[in-house]
Parts: sequence; C-alpha cells; structure tokens
Amino acid sequence: MRNLNLAALVASPEARLAVIAVVVFAVMSALSPDRFLSVQNLTSMAFQFPEFAILSLAMLLTMLTGGIDLSVVGIANLSAIVAALLLTAFAGPEATGGAAVLWLAVALLAALAVGAVAGLFNGVAIAVFGLPPILATLGSGLIFTGIAVALTGGSALMGFPGVVAFLGNGTVLGVPAPLILFALLAAGMAWLLGRTAFGLRVQMYGANPLAARFAAMDVTGLLIRVYLLSGMLGALAGMVVMSRANSAKADYGSSYLLLAVLIAVLGGVNPYGGYGRVIGVVLAVLTMQFLSSGLNMLGVSNFARELIWGGLLIFVMIVNTRLVYRPRAAAKPGPSA
Amino acid sequence: MSSSHAMPLISIDGVTKTYAGITALDDVGLTIGAGEAVCLAGENGSGKSTLIKILAGVERPDRGRIGFAGVEQGPLNPRLSAAAGVMVIFQDFSLFPNLSVAENIAFSASLASHRRLFRRSPVRKLALATLNRVGVDLDPDAPVETLSVAHKQLVAICRALACDARLIIMDEPTTALTEREVRVLLDIIRRLKADGVAVLFVSHKLAEVLEVCEKVVVLRNGRKVIEGPAAEFDAASLTRHMTGRDVAETPPDPVPADAPVLLQVRNLTKAGAFEDVTFGLRAGEVLGISGLLGSGRTSLAKALFGLVLPDGGIMTVGDHSVPLGDPLAAARAGIGYVPEDRLTEGLFLMQSILRNVGVGRLDAHSSAGMLDFAALGRDATDWLRRLSVKAPDSAAPVRSLSGGNQQRVVLARWLARNPRLLVLNGPSVGVDVGSKADIHGIIRDLSRRGLGVIVISDDLPELLATCHRILVMKAGRITGEVAGRETTEADLAHRLAS
Amino acid sequence: MRHVDFSRNETLVALVILAFCAAATLADPAFLSMPTLTDLLRGGIVLGIFAVAALLVLISGGIDVSFTAIAAVSMYSTAMALNTFAPGVPWGVAFALGMTIGAGLGCINAVFIAGFGLPTLIVTLGTLSMFRGFMLAFIGQKQITTLPSGMREFGRMMMIRGTNPDGSFYSLPLAFAFLVGAVVLTWVILHRTMLGRQVFAMGGSLESARRVGVNVKGAQFFVYIYVGALAGLAGVIHASMTRVANPFDLVGLELSVIAAVVLGGARLAGGYGTLTGTLLGVALIVLVRNSLIVFGIPSTWQSVAVGVLILIGTGLPAWQAKRAAARAA
Repeated sequence: MRNLNLAALVASPEARLAVIAVVVFAVMSALSPDRFLSVQNLTSMAFQFPEFAILSLAMLLTMLTGGIDLSVVGIANLSAIVAALLLTAFAGPEATGGAAVLWLAVALLAALAVGAVAGLFNGVAIAVFGLPPILATLGSGLIFTGIAVALTGGSALMGFPGVVAFLGNGTVLGVPAPLILFALLAAGMAWLLGRTAFGLRVQMYGANPLAARFAAMDVTGLLIRVYLLSGMLGALAGMVVMSRANSAKADYGSSYLLLAVLIAVLGGVNPYGGYGRVIGVVLAVLTMQFLSSGLNMLGVSNFARELIWGGLLIFVMIVNTRLVYRPRAAAKPGPSA
Repeated sequence: MSSSHAMPLISIDGVTKTYAGITALDDVGLTIGAGEAVCLAGENGSGKSTLIKILAGVERPDRGRIGFAGVEQGPLNPRLSAAAGVMVIFQDFSLFPNLSVAENIAFSASLASHRRLFRRSPVRKLALATLNRVGVDLDPDAPVETLSVAHKQLVAICRALACDARLIIMDEPTTALTEREVRVLLDIIRRLKADGVAVLFVSHKLAEVLEVCEKVVVLRNGRKVIEGPAAEFDAASLTRHMTGRDVAETPPDPVPADAPVLLQVRNLTKAGAFEDVTFGLRAGEVLGISGLLGSGRTSLAKALFGLVLPDGGIMTVGDHSVPLGDPLAAARAGIGYVPEDRLTEGLFLMQSILRNVGVGRLDAHSSAGMLDFAALGRDATDWLRRLSVKAPDSAAPVRSLSGGNQQRVVLARWLARNPRLLVLNGPSVGVDVGSKADIHGIIRDLSRRGLGVIVISDDLPELLATCHRILVMKAGRITGEVAGRETTEADLAHRLAS
Repeated sequence: MRHVDFSRNETLVALVILAFCAAATLADPAFLSMPTLTDLLRGGIVLGIFAVAALLVLISGGIDVSFTAIAAVSMYSTAMALNTFAPGVPWGVAFALGMTIGAGLGCINAVFIAGFGLPTLIVTLGTLSMFRGFMLAFIGQKQITTLPSGMREFGRMMMIRGTNPDGSFYSLPLAFAFLVGAVVLTWVILHRTMLGRQVFAMGGSLESARRVGVNVKGAQFFVYIYVGALAGLAGVIHASMTRVANPFDLVGLELSVIAAVVLGGARLAGGYGTLTGTLLGVALIVLVRNSLIVFGIPSTWQSVAVGVLILIGTGLPAWQAKRAAARAA
C-alpha cells in the first residue's frame, strides 16, 4: 500500500503538487502560527487569489492546445475599462438599488462581450491565419492594452455604484464572492475538460494537431472556441480586479501574466500541449497564495517574492521535464526540411 | 567493379547487440569492399537500423569485431566512424533547410576541419567540386528548403562526399523518389563506385537498386538469413527471404453484380498533383490505386478525404455530392481515411488507446455537450476486440503498441463510425508480416460487409491480394485499369514503370 | 543588385517606413529634418542593441524575454557598485562591468536551457522575474540620480552636434557607435565564423545539427552569454543617456523588441533572420512611437499601432506560408 502511494506520488504531477501545497501551508503555519492561521489571513487570502486564478484557468485552456494566451491581462483590463466606462457614464457612485444592480449586470455582460470579441480575434488570427499563438497574442495584447490606454488616457477610472464592490469584496454566507466565482469557474472548466467532447478534443488536439486534422476534427472551430473562452475568462478576471480595486486602469495586474503562466506550469500543464488538469491548477494557485501570504508575513518584500516565483517556475519545469513530459519535449515544433 | 581479393573496406564479424533483453542483432557478419554496392534488406525490426547505428558509431555492439580497411577498431564513436569515411544518409537527410546548398554540402567538412572562421569562397568551391564529381547541376546558392526531395538527397550525398566518404550508407534511399529520380540516383551511384566509394543500401524495398549492387544481405529478426550476389535475387525472392515465408493470400470474393455504385469521382483535378481523375466504386468493392511516388496517388488520396483542395471536379457518395477540401464534410458523407504516416498523422501517441479509438465517435456519444464515457469506452473496446488488437490495458498510451496493433487502432477509430467508404493510404506500411496478412483479412471482411474500400499503395502483392480492380496512376493521370484477378505482379510492375 | 522581392519582410518594412516618412512629411514638412533623424537614431540605440541580441536568440531557435531584466540588473548594479567602490573610474570600466554582469546572468539562462534542456520561453520568463526580483529585493529600489562620473561623462559625449537653420539643436550621442559596433560584431559572428553558422544550423534543424556533430550545448551557452553581455551594454548605455539608473526602467520592453525582430523577418521557429531586417523593424517601431503624433494621432495609441504592426508583420508571412502549404499538398 505504501509503495503504491509512493509510486502514485512520483507518477502524477498533481499528487506531487498536493504534497508541496500541504508542505508550504505547514511551513508557513509553523513559521508564523498566530498570523498565518488567523481567520483574518485565511479570508484575506480567499479574496486575493481568485483574480489570478481565473487567469490561470485561461492559461490552462490555451496551453492544453499547445498555444498560449499572452493577451489575457490586456483583455482583462480592456473589458474592465469598458465596463467601468458604462458604469461611470450611466450609474455613477450615487446609484443604488435596482438600477445599480441592473447597470452592473449590463457592465458585466459588456465586459464578457469585449472578452469574447477579443478572444475571437485571437482565435481567428491563430486558427484561420495561422499566426503562432505567442506572436498573435503578443500583438493583440498590445492592441487591447493600447485601446484601454487610449480610452482612458492611461489614468484610472473610478466612481462606481457601491454594489460593484460585491464582486470582489462581498461575501455570501461568509464565503468571499470572488472565491465562489472562481470555484464555479474551476468546476465548470473541470467539467468542460473532463466530461465533454469539447474538452477531450482540446486535449487530443494538443497531443497531436496533425492527427486531429486527419481524424476529421474541426480544428479551426476548436481553436477559435478555446481562445474565445480564454478571452471571456480574462474579462471575468478583469471584473474581479476592478471590483476589488474599485477602479479600472490599463496597466493593472501586469505581473499576473507571468504568474498565470507560472501557475499553469506549476500545476503540471505541459506547455507543449496535450496534458493539464484543473485540479493541478487549483493546487498551484493555493501553493502560490500560501507562499506569497506567508512570505509577506515573514516580512519578505514583494520583489523577493518575484525572485521566488521565477525560481519555482524553473524548478518545477526541471522536475516535470525529467519525470513527466520528457518524450514530447524533444519534438521541436516548427519546420524541419 | 573492384577486385574482391583486396582488403575489404569494412568488415563486420560476429556482431551481437541486445536492448533490454531483446536481441536486435545476433552474430551478424558483413564485408564491403571499396567501390562495392551492397543491399542490406530486411523488414522493420529486422535489425538493419541497429547495424547502421553500430557502423556510424552511435551504438556499441555487445560482441563482435569491426574492421576498417583491415584494421580492427576499438570502441567506435561517431567522430571515429566519420574520420574513417563512414557516412550515413538518414531518411530525412538531416539537412539545414535555411542554409544554402553550398553550405549544407560543406558544413560537415568545415566542422571537421576545426576552422573557426567561415568564408564563402572555399565553401562554394568545395560544393561546386563535389556537385561536379557526382555530375549534378544545382544552384549552390539556393536555399535547401526550396529543393525537391530528390535534390535534397543529392545534397546529402554531396555532403558525405565532401567529408571524404569511403562508405555511404543510405537509409531507405528510394522511398521518396520518382522513377526517373531513382535512375538519376543509380547513375550517380555508378560514378561513385567507379571512384572507389562503397555504398550500402538499407531498405525493405530494394528491387529498384538491385541493378547497381554486387551483393545482397538479408536480415530477419536480427540474423543474417542469406548473402549472395545481387544477380541471384529478384523482388519476389527478396521478399521471401525478408519475410521468411511465401505469403499466399486468397484474392477477394467477387463483388455482387447488383452492388450499387457508392462513390463517383468525376474530373477531379489539382494543378501539379493530379488531373482529370474519374472513377467509380461500388459497395463491397476494393479498389486499388497504385503509382510510383510522385504519380499523384497520395495527393489524390488526401483529396478524397478533403485534406487537399482540388481545383475542380465532382465527388458524390450515394446520391449526395461531397463538398471538396473539407475533411469534416467527407467524414459526414461516410468517408474514412487511414493516413500513410501513422505516427505523425494517424495517432495521438501519448494518449490512451481508448481515446485514440474514441476520438472518432465523440459526437455520437455526447448529448448537450456531455460525453458518455462509459458508452464511448464500450464502443471502443468492442472495436478493439473485433479487430483483435492485442493490448493488455486500453488505458495505456497507444505508443506502447506494435506497428500492426497501432494500425488496427486507427482502423478501429474509423470503423466505429460505421463509414460507407474507407480510404487506406499504405495500409500495411511499417507493419510486420503477420499483421499485414491480418490487415488484408480485415479489408476482405469489410468488403464482404458492403463497405467500399480504396487501397492506395505501391506494394504490388498487397494490391493483388486485396483489390478487385487496380487503377494505375502516372504523372497525375489514371493511365490504366486492371482487374485484380487478371493481372500478375510483373504485369502490374510493368504498367507502373512503362 | 538583385531584384526587389516583395515577399521578404525587409522589403515590406522598408516600404512601410518610406510610406510613413512620406506621409509624415506631407502632414508636417518639418518632419524631414536632422532633429527627426537624430531623435530616431537616438531612440533606436538601446532598442537596437536589444534587438540584435533578440535576433541571435531567435536565429538559434529559442526565444529570450529576460534580456531587459538582465539589462536593468547590470545597469543598476554597475551604477551602485561603482558609486560605492570606485566612483571615479573611466566609463570603459563601467561598460566592462555591466557587460560582465550581463554575461554572468546570461550564463544562468544557458545553464537551464543548454544544461537542463528546458523550453527557452519558460526559462527566460522565470529568470526575468528572478533577476528583477533579486535586484529590487536585495540590491535596491531607489533610482540612482548621481551616476558614477565615467557614465555621466559618457552621456555627454556626442558623435554629431549641430544647429538647424531655424536655430534648433540636434545631436547624436557617442552611444550610437556602440549600436553600430554591436551590429558589426554580430554580423561578423553570424556570417564569418563557424560558430555563427552553427547557430543558424541549430535554428534550421536542431536534430540535424546534433547529427552532424554541432556542439549544440556549447553554441547555446555562447548565444545566451553573448546576449547577456549585449543586454548589460544596453543597460549601462541607457543609464548614461538618461543620466539616471532607475531599476524599474527597461523591463516591459522585451515584447516590443521581439516584435521588432519578427517584423524584420526573423522566424520564431528559428534559423531565419537578418540584421538589416532587424534594424528596419526597430526603426519602424521607434518611428511609430516617436512620430505618430505628426498625424494627429495621440501618443496613447502607439501601442495599438505597434500591436497592429506585429499582427500584420507576422500575419502576412504566416498566411502566405499556410496558403503555400495548401497549394503544395
């Protein structure tokens, strides 16, 4: 029995990660028991991670196809800014009651629509025009951010109805609203990847795009839907950020891009495509949050955290390349002869 | 022809190599003299690639002696082998697509010279001299990516020569060449031999090169089964020695006279690939399409499944016309396609066997997006059983299967969709002999059940064993049609080549 | 002179630059002047050196996003170290120190990429964050406004200085010579040494390179160390020219730089790219950044313009390649 468990630990990146998450939690609890384990810290963590966790779900989805979405943060900010423009123009800080809720719903839908259009743009560039995902989303990310800057002149938009704060700061039965949103999205993504034909196709496509075409898979439609979903997840993350900050700005969350890639890779997603699980991403998110709150309490600066994140990313890649996806790593995508 | 009593250029004696308990080579001996051309024939897994690797210094034998020019060698490595003039031209040529012809030719030689600086003029001079030596006229400044496969192969030969090759080992040299290109290659080989360069052809299809060879060596299951002068072999005897048996297969039952027409292809044309292709296929009929490489047979196969967009023409399945250039539409019309290159086009290697079969049936087993995994699994398992795929665990990655079983997985994927028509491009490429006969059995069985099957192949015995009719393609056109029962291998070969 | 090949990115970018300049001159005749040119050249120095570095990595078949962090760390630690230990040394020492630090950091990239065989994008994303985090956490976060005297002196050295008829001044800093030097040296390495040819060969086909006996790991070490040294140089030049070492500068430019290189015709898959194309790509990006205003387009739109350029610059060849592949099959 013990041997079996041990074997399972080495075999699955998720199991390895679960151990890491528990160890990090235990170490942080041991280092500052009164503060790390305090209710206040635990709830504040639950408010903090959903925004980048949602972005990580988007990264998971695109990385599963062997692509990447470098424009998610741009999409998040652009969507939030469009929502903020609507809210400030039609609702304003003094709006209350039904009207405010209505305008929040409109703003949310508008943000989702912006995210969908932006994602569609990426999907078409990649699936129809054949741009490499890195370049397509790099370029489109600049465009989305650029439009956001142009719309706002680079400054922050604020002055929303009070109800907007609910998305990021509210609670339902004591559970933080953003956490609920993330839990729903993660469950939805797990369902999508694990229980639907779409999810299986995404994984098969990521494993061998050419074979997917030869198996009569609608590759173009698949990729477009993947990037569209990624864009909508970005929009939701943008709304949470906006709500928590009670403002929208073109350069919010610029460090989240690296963080989302890091979490996806830490969560065992194969950057060459074909493998990745939601549970891995959730565990990676928790690990990062424990690490970052804990280090914060120990008085480690934000910047040292960046150092640790970067180191962790490379460390996890070394472990995963050796143990998990070595066979595919050798196959370099790109033209050969 | 060089003297056989001189010191052999290469001598191998008693070479044995095992990988993880499996014997890849068992006590194999071989000699090659200067200026001699030798055929090393064998099926996949016969040990020929291991032998190449040992000669190239990439692998070390467990036992046995290797001598270069009569001097027994210690443990080899790639550099020592190269220094002795042993050059391998792999099937993919290992060229640099982004560099010029001249630079590709001179690359290895410049590396070996340990020069640090790079100058164009000596590189060009060496390249031109080498091109001249083989009598080929290629633009030394053209980037290699713009060349045809045959020209790439010539560049690879030149690169070996530029390194003072004494023995050039060519892995599957003719598979990607047209008939005319093979003739050009053979002329070049004759020149090289006259120059004292030895050549070792390694392949499972060697009939084409027999005429320039002095000697044939056949490997089977790691052992040398026969060695003798090339004049004593022909295509049929080579096959017999490689496979170890006469594969006698019964021709298919005739198609019922009242079988309806299933597929109509009219005037299908694609510039530069195929032209004005018209044929019909009845339910239960197995139609062979054969042609040499470059005849357009692969493009035509892909076009039938929508992977290539023809410039014009009509395709109808039953009463419905099938939109061209759309694999999804082709699949909806009931056409299935088993690709030529199983590993890159057919399979999701790292994914499970079950998923590899099930991927074709996702829509059938999902409602409102939800996938019924249990039903999908049952469906896939059923087909794996019916095609008798030997797999201990259907959750294991498909790469763990043998070539024959992998091919059956791809077949199962399509059969599970209950297609009306299957296009099989090279159905038994890289499959061992036993499985090959089984796959032919499956094809006959499918035809009995009323499926239309198109077999695209250059394996003539395979076509004769499975097809009711065989279309012969040449330069993109269908130039002839023969009934499977009324032709022989020799006749078919003649029709293909003439 | 070969005929003009319109399918080449270099040609396209050059035409776009010409069209842009022509249109800008029509919109504002004052555009065509020495100050515009020297501004363009000055604005291209740091970006240009970065782009040369990024080009080398792309040719080798990798991608590096950490060079801006390497530049920032080299710049800041050089300024800090010299201020603390040897404020009076000549600028050459500052340059040497900055380049050494850069090369050292590049070597760390090389260890992960060549040594452990990790994907270059992931490694350099990680080291980008590590290098920057290390600098900000352990070296300092405050900008250094009083640079060591050597760097200050270098910042004042000009190659060209002049006055326009209308009385406006223009000048081109000596730093421009370093861009020229970096370009020439890199050209010599890429086209006149076996090492450079091996870098091209690796990018063309890594597997073939291994088979013919290219020392792939050695070449990768060279690439990332050389790129680190160039980044260090760019960092020190940046501080000298702006007269301040701000640790928050430079990082964030990496994607625009890669965009410039790709615009110039380098391919992400490796093996292709020219210095001419790279410099044209940089020129176009600097032009768009500096001069969009001439057309009455507010500067807030410049990143949109750059994004559009990237999509078109990479989309056209990708689309052509896809169509060609469809035709060939």
